[in-house]
Amino acid sequence: MKHTISVLLQNKPGVLSRVTGLFSGRGFNIDSLSVAETLEKDVSCLTLVTHGDEAIIEQITKQIHKLIDVIKVTDMVEHDHVEREMVLIRVKAESGSRAEVLRVIDIFRGKVVDVSPKSYVVEVTGSKTKVQAIIDILRPVGVQEIVRSGIIAITRGKKS
Amino acid sequence: MKMKGARALIKCLNEQGVKVVFGYPGGAVIELYDELLQAKDLIHILVRHEQAAVHAADAYGRVKGEVGVALVTSGPGATNAVTGIASAYCDSIPMVVFTGQVPTKLIGNDAFQEVDIVGITRPVTKHNYLVKRPEDLVPTIREAFYLARSGRPGPVLVDLPKDVIGATINFPETQPIKMRTYRPTYEPHSGQVEKACKMMLKAERPVLYIGGGVINANASEALTELAKKLDIPVTMTLMGLGGFPGSDALSLGMLGMHGTYFANMAVAHSDLLIAVGARFDDRVTGRIDAFAPQAKIIHIDIDPSSISKNVQVDVPIVADCRRALTAMNIWFDKSRDFDQKAVQEQHQVWQKRIKEWKVDHPLVYVEEEGVIKPQFVVRKLHELTGGDAIITTEVGQNQMWAAQFYLFNRPRHFMTSGGLGVMGYGFPAAIGAQIAAPDKTVIDIAGDGSIQMNIQELATAQQYKCPIKIAILNNKYLGMVRQWQELFYDKRYAHTAMDVAPDFVKLAEAYGAVGLRATKPSEVEPVIKEALKTKNTVIMDFVIAREEGVFPMVPAGKATTEMLLV
Repeated sequence: MKHTISVLLQNKPGVLSRVTGLFSGRGFNIDSLSVAETLEKDVSCLTLVTHGDEAIIEQITKQIHKLIDVIKVTDMVEHDHVEREMVLIRVKAESGSRAEVLRVIDIFRGKVVDVSPKSYVVEVTGSKTKVQAIIDILRPVGVQEIVRSGIIAITRGKKS
Repeated sequence: MKMKGARALIKCLNEQGVKVVFGYPGGAVIELYDELLQAKDLIHILVRHEQAAVHAADAYGRVKGEVGVALVTSGPGATNAVTGIASAYCDSIPMVVFTGQVPTKLIGNDAFQEVDIVGITRPVTKHNYLVKRPEDLVPTIREAFYLARSGRPGPVLVDLPKDVIGATINFPETQPIKMRTYRPTYEPHSGQVEKACKMMLKAERPVLYIGGGVINANASEALTELAKKLDIPVTMTLMGLGGFPGSDALSLGMLGMHGTYFANMAVAHSDLLIAVGARFDDRVTGRIDAFAPQAKIIHIDIDPSSISKNVQVDVPIVADCRRALTAMNIWFDKSRDFDQKAVQEQHQVWQKRIKEWKVDHPLVYVEEEGVIKPQFVVRKLHELTGGDAIITTEVGQNQMWAAQFYLFNRPRHFMTSGGLGVMGYGFPAAIGAQIAAPDKTVIDIAGDGSIQMNIQELATAQQYKCPIKIAILNNKYLGMVRQWQELFYDKRYAHTAMDVAPDFVKLAEAYGAVGLRATKPSEVEPVIKEALKTKNTVIMDFVIAREEGVFPMVPAGKATTEMLLV
């Protein structure tokens, strides 16, 4: 089963390789990875998506937590949370297809962030399936290049 | 107070109570060595290979129950230390290793004798540091010692660029170490303790399975009290030997691949397995689904990631072993449900069954006329040292025979490279142990293969007048691999015959040590006696039965009840 795991860690040199080295060394899988700083400048948040049975996921969270620079490990599956991924797509947009491409982008609530005579660069955020969907739909039009971010996740606010 | 980084480091070592540093100089640490020359309260032991410095620090730490310290130079000095660090990591041994590094401005430049040792040792250290700023030097060293000795102990590496050691710094005041990201759990959860104790009261066929955590936590006494109070037989892992008296009636000896018949049978038939500071290693469990299949499992360990890693646990207790066992002892002392007589009665059938197993298949070997059996040598060593020597081992058959036949009655008397299995560990470890306990008899039980992996340390032993006794169980084979080849590869002895070896007696003499040889059983005792009264390093070369095997043996991948016996 897929798990999104959120890791708060000290923003120190080499800390990312401690996490990724743990995954390669112990044969765990990383499906996607995203890291950036948090509100606290010396703390980073690393969101990674992995998969495995319950025992493996338990080991993954325990082993990450064991790393000295790690502050907190949260398996998002245990929490009500929001996940987002972002994609930048350079899609062919020539006179005949520009309007059609814009319509698709609009449906997906995407944005055109760069315009050139023969292409657009489109920015879309959403769930993994939504991101995949717009790529699939634009593909016949002529997708030239895509760059996807890793998934990021945050827990929802308390209901009361 | 202003001082040079090198001096600050030495001041830090004093502050941490370090008395001995094992090391080897080089360009990147020359400044540090210059300071060491003037350090009064610090002894430096000059080894002959960096790997030996780390193994010696490892054993020194084990004997003393302190943090061992090694110091090596950059590049090859650091890479030579890696095996020792990895071994200490596998065995959870508290240690701080200092490595020299090229000056900060050269880092990443492929400079002379530069390696990314922090990168290399990341998976084999508890934590490691590259000190980039002089002002971080002292706080980093303090943190390194704190990490090494707290929680689940382990080696911590501190990489020291030459300019950092050379810089002038302000020596900061000591401050209590508070780490936001690291707070080991020492105290057991009382609810879990109670749950475990209640299970122990009900158990009809309980077994205590103890590992190196008992020794690390100084929990032997609490454990022995619990075992006796509750009348529970105790089996030990390789790392746990000495954690419970081996000669006690409740002792089952070692379990696992080369464990005793009765230990493996007891675990396989138990209804409650109480694991203390042990990690269900594959050499212990054999085929995992056949390991203690009828047992509920209680697991005490300070490292949460050890729990339910290989075997699903019913009652986990994350805590320091000593505190958890003490809490259990207190619980039983206070409990109205606990009645020692009743418990003993409840275990009567079980204890009887274990006794039968012990009688049916004791730990034995077959005597052969005129041929020295290695087990006989180990038994004689035990007898003639009164079981009181510190024993180190190399790895392979020598290690297993030592574990099986030298009954360890006290903790911190057995040093072996358990998890990583490093040939070449025993001799430098013996040096570390002898430096830690100058008045003790220290014996390295070795093979003719593994002794050659760090034989150069004879010079170190001589330089520091370590009267270590090396007992080479010489079968002119890499015996353990040969045994596997005999059993599982139709006796195709691919490159395991050590046909060419030095004359160990002459070799000893070449270093100024004493060499003795025994070629028949009647010579064993005189040789050991002679060695024990010699105040010098002694190599005893026991020419043993060439194809003697280690038994019992659980073939890899088999259930621990499927033992090959003598």
